Amino acid sequence: MHSLSLVFTNLRRHRLRALIGVAGIAFGVAAMLTILGIVNGAIGMFERILSSDSHYLVFERNVSDLFFSSVPETDAQDIRALPHVASAHPLLFGVVSSPGFPVITCFGLEAEDPRLTHAKWLEGSRERFGASEGEIFLGARAADFLHTPTGKDLAIGAQHYRVAGVVRTENGFEDGGVFLPLRSAQAFFHRPGVCSVVAVTLRNTAEGAAFKRAVEAAHPRLIALENREFSQSYNSFRILKMTAWAVGLCAFLLGGLGVANTMLLSVFSRIREIAVLRVCGFSQWQVSALVLGEATAIACAGLVVGLLLGGGVLLVLPHAPQFQGYVQANVSGWVLLGITATAVVTAVAGAIYPARFAGRIQPAEALRYE
Amino acid sequence: MSDRGSIVVRARHVWKSYDQGRVSVLQDASLEVRTGEVVALWGSSGSGKSTLLHLLGGLDTPDRGELSVCGLDPTLEENRLELRRRHLGFVFQLHNLIPDLTVEENIRVPALALGRPAGETAARVRDLATRVGLQHRLDHRIQDLSGGERQRTAICRALLNAPALLLADEPTGSLDEATGDSVFALLRSLAQHDRITIILATHERRFAEACDRIIRVRSGRLLTDL
Repeated sequence: MHSLSLVFTNLRRHRLRALIGVAGIAFGVAAMLTILGIVNGAIGMFERILSSDSHYLVFERNVSDLFFSSVPETDAQDIRALPHVASAHPLLFGVVSSPGFPVITCFGLEAEDPRLTHAKWLEGSRERFGASEGEIFLGARAADFLHTPTGKDLAIGAQHYRVAGVVRTENGFEDGGVFLPLRSAQAFFHRPGVCSVVAVTLRNTAEGAAFKRAVEAAHPRLIALENREFSQSYNSFRILKMTAWAVGLCAFLLGGLGVANTMLLSVFSRIREIAVLRVCGFSQWQVSALVLGEATAIACAGLVVGLLLGGGVLLVLPHAPQFQGYVQANVSGWVLLGITATAVVTAVAGAIYPARFAGRIQPAEALRYE
Repeated sequence: MSDRGSIVVRARHVWKSYDQGRVSVLQDASLEVRTGEVVALWGSSGSGKSTLLHLLGGLDTPDRGELSVCGLDPTLEENRLELRRRHLGFVFQLHNLIPDLTVEENIRVPALALGRPAGETAARVRDLATRVGLQHRLDHRIQDLSGGERQRTAICRALLNAPALLLADEPTGSLDEATGDSVFALLRSLAQHDRITIILATHERRFAEACDRIIRVRSGRLLTDL
């Protein structure tokens, strides 16, 4: 029989206290999992919007956000004409509103864009895209919440467009957005002759460096980044990820303080009991290990509960109508590993002082303690 | 294990004070206790009996003087753990059992410190519980026991690792007269049966007189055997 077998006995004896500790860690884990899952999912969706079947993105250098990037269409044509390039698709982003829906992402693109060629056309057809003036196409999710069937008019800003088709894509942002032919989008946003980015597919990916040099030499205002480079360097992604980790860590900090408080209370209320353990032959290390063991058990239970709770939230959120399909959770193994490590480290760190305190309790003095 | 008659406890010129020397608790205390003896430290409350037991048990350290318990110096940290784990048992006035645990779980605590096999420990727990008449109470929680049963549980816990020396600090102090008598009789019979040496601190003369030897403790000084 090992001294640590008392860990579970003690947790059982102080159920409420243990449950409060477990809840603190569980909420921290659930918050971190949910936030990171949503943020990584959102970043993933945005990356897929940009990188759809392409290798490189070309956009305006030093721009704070892609929504503010302006790439002249003539530059896009030059890029398309480069020998390394198999295809180049200009894309104009914007945000539009419709009565009751102040923020809807709008994609201005050409009919040949891979987003449309790969999409499932639920109503209408790609051949019709851009064939007539004043037509708009809806993502499947947008069609649900805008309640405007094909053939009916939809108010977008101060203008009206006739809904000419509905497409389903695998991307939540696209599915919750609207699609305009590039010319119509340029007119709507008062940005004639420009796009936000050009998504480029190379004939041979080994020629990436040469392509990058060619673009940046001919168009010093522009920058060409490989999709992976873009994800790592794009400020908005970095801010989102940092914010997600920061918020998650704050949640953990609260959980850790909860464990520290729980363990400290637990030790203070058991001073005589700990003295008796010492009298019965427990070493300082065995007493400290007991406290650390209780904190670790609380952390593990909190981790399991938190992962189940956070996982449940991530399963439910994408189906909540309020989110209009913008939530597509993405939880990688690294995120799970990071959360697990953070939970255990937080709980154990929170228990270090109580454990040291418990280990240093002097039996003779503590037995006089009331 | 020491032979009968050999010295189990030796204290020489031991001094102990608290509050930076302002409160003198033990003054020049010296004693010897031999194997199998049941010795009473008899004195009023605050005379220094408990302090002497704490020093012998390595729960506290003297200001001056020499101590030897079961051949080990209890003032040395490396000896204290060994003493508490293998050579000493403690019984206190307040039983100091762990609440919410069962009788069996409380008795088992010293075995946890040593990492003893569960089967061997369970047999020892059953044997001790039977000898003190608690065999039917093993699954009961401490809160459900009477004062006498709690003290008998504490005695079983103290004896679990078969110590050579039992230090009992007013073990009958919180019990009524009849229960106190039965607990004292139990201690005596266990000492006789298991050849355990007992040093018992008590303020009650009748228990002191029932021991093999009485050492009077007054104002921190040990007086000659009565």
